[in-house]
Amino acid sequence: MKVPALPSTLSANPSTAGNAAPAKRSLPRVEPASIILPLLAGAGVLLIWTALSQTVSPDLPSPLRTWQESKRYVLDPFFKDGEMSQGIGRLAFYSLMRVIKGYALALLFGTPLGFLIGLSKFASRALDPLIQVLRPISPLAWLPLGLVIFQRSEPAALFTIALCAMWPTVLNTAVGVRSISTDYLNVGRVLNLPRRKMFFSIILPATLPYVFTGYRLSLGIAWLVIVASEMLTGAPGVGGFLWQEYNSLVYSHIILSILTIGFIGFLLDRLMGAVEARFKTT
Amino acid sequence: MNPRPLLELMQLGKTYPTPQGPAVIVRDVNLKIAEGEFVCLIGHSGCGKSTVLSIVMGLNEPTTGSAILGMREIDGPGTDRGVVFQSPSLFPWLTVEQNIQLAVDQVKPRLSPAERLACAKEALAQVGLAGEADRHPAELSAGMRQRAGIARALAMDPKILLLDEPFSLLDALTRMELQDELLRIWEQHRKTVLMVTHDVDEALLLADRIVMMTNGPAATIGRIMTVPFARPRVRAQLADNPEYYRARDSLIAFLEGQGNELPKEEQCPA
Repeated sequence: MKVPALPSTLSANPSTAGNAAPAKRSLPRVEPASIILPLLAGAGVLLIWTALSQTVSPDLPSPLRTWQESKRYVLDPFFKDGEMSQGIGRLAFYSLMRVIKGYALALLFGTPLGFLIGLSKFASRALDPLIQVLRPISPLAWLPLGLVIFQRSEPAALFTIALCAMWPTVLNTAVGVRSISTDYLNVGRVLNLPRRKMFFSIILPATLPYVFTGYRLSLGIAWLVIVASEMLTGAPGVGGFLWQEYNSLVYSHIILSILTIGFIGFLLDRLMGAVEARFKTT
Repeated sequence: MNPRPLLELMQLGKTYPTPQGPAVIVRDVNLKIAEGEFVCLIGHSGCGKSTVLSIVMGLNEPTTGSAILGMREIDGPGTDRGVVFQSPSLFPWLTVEQNIQLAVDQVKPRLSPAERLACAKEALAQVGLAGEADRHPAELSAGMRQRAGIARALAMDPKILLLDEPFSLLDALTRMELQDELLRIWEQHRKTVLMVTHDVDEALLLADRIVMMTNGPAATIGRIMTVPFARPRVRAQLADNPEYYRARDSLIAFLEGQGNELPKEEQCPA
């Protein structure tokens, strides 16, 4: 675009005068501090952990002992000696499979429910109070009900994951629909778009960033719930393993399980964060 | 002027019920716009000029009176009116071309996909955005985005263009650039335009007639000025015309008179 030279009394906004350069995506530069500081913090935790195991809590295995007793599980993560003894990778895989199924159920029911509540005042007024009551219920409370309904531990676990994990998806989707700019809707209206096209061409894409924020939060909850549900049902997986090793007095494996749960949760969050960023529109 | 107006507003009024009783935003708006005419609606912010326009857009229903476009009373939004909003309102998930195509697909469903694409491309070329077709709105400057908004309205080939303060969010330079561009495009088509603005110079540059609104509440048409300048107009030539300053003073005197009379602002949603 050509900008004619004009008297300087006119204010020219440089950001609007020319072409806005497309944002360049470069690899994040790693600062030394962002590596050294977490390492220092980690070392501090190890120190406190060691001190605790040496003094007040003799039953707590020290970091070194934890490593020695967990080495095989980590270095050979997919070994299988029997149901009771499997590598941590194999256990994590079982847990992940269960989470994916429950999570898929949560999205399957949560997404349409969110759109319904966002689009319909009627549905919103009917369902909002109900959701506010259901949302704070702990997975530990849902699981026994799931066992009563389904009689088997596997579907009960999926039921629990889905019920606990769907709320962030429902609420974020509903908020996303409600916060669509009236300008967008007005464009749809002056174009006389039919309802179906209005939904698929405007409402759905405008809501997607919110939906994916909901998906990310839901996945975090699904992963939280899996451990509780496996501990209660004794299903094979990281949570089940944790409880089994507690009962077998192999305390170092509790710590191994905890760390595994943390790492996988972190990776899942990063993964969904990347997916979410793809749908961010300005 | 044609005996039969393209757009006719008759006793148009809008009243909102409030807990304190009914709030009259606009009342008794009577206006006839002929085919090919460029009319500006000018007034202080909050005076109800945008309310009148939104009724013509079909996004708002009048409480009294009616608006007739062609032979039909306006009873809702429709593709016979091309609308440019204050903000460009392009969908950020579509490219500029796809944004225009969304409108073309809707207005001309009987054309082949290739013809519709050509239609969108032509509209983009008209506003000088042919090279930006495949870019997303976020990659464009504010001025280019509003150009695309105008292209979308043009691509619909509507009976009338409705412009709601389309340049008010732009910086001074870009605003002048787009005003000249709109003037150029309009001279080619002479499409009927109803434009809301609060910029006196903009109205004088573009319009055949300037409709001045009194201040709200209960705003109505105060005066109508026929702009005396011959077309095609050029901004630089207008500035040399003594008539220009007389017209400008008269408009400003009206608006200032309104301001002194009723210093209330933001009486209604703009």
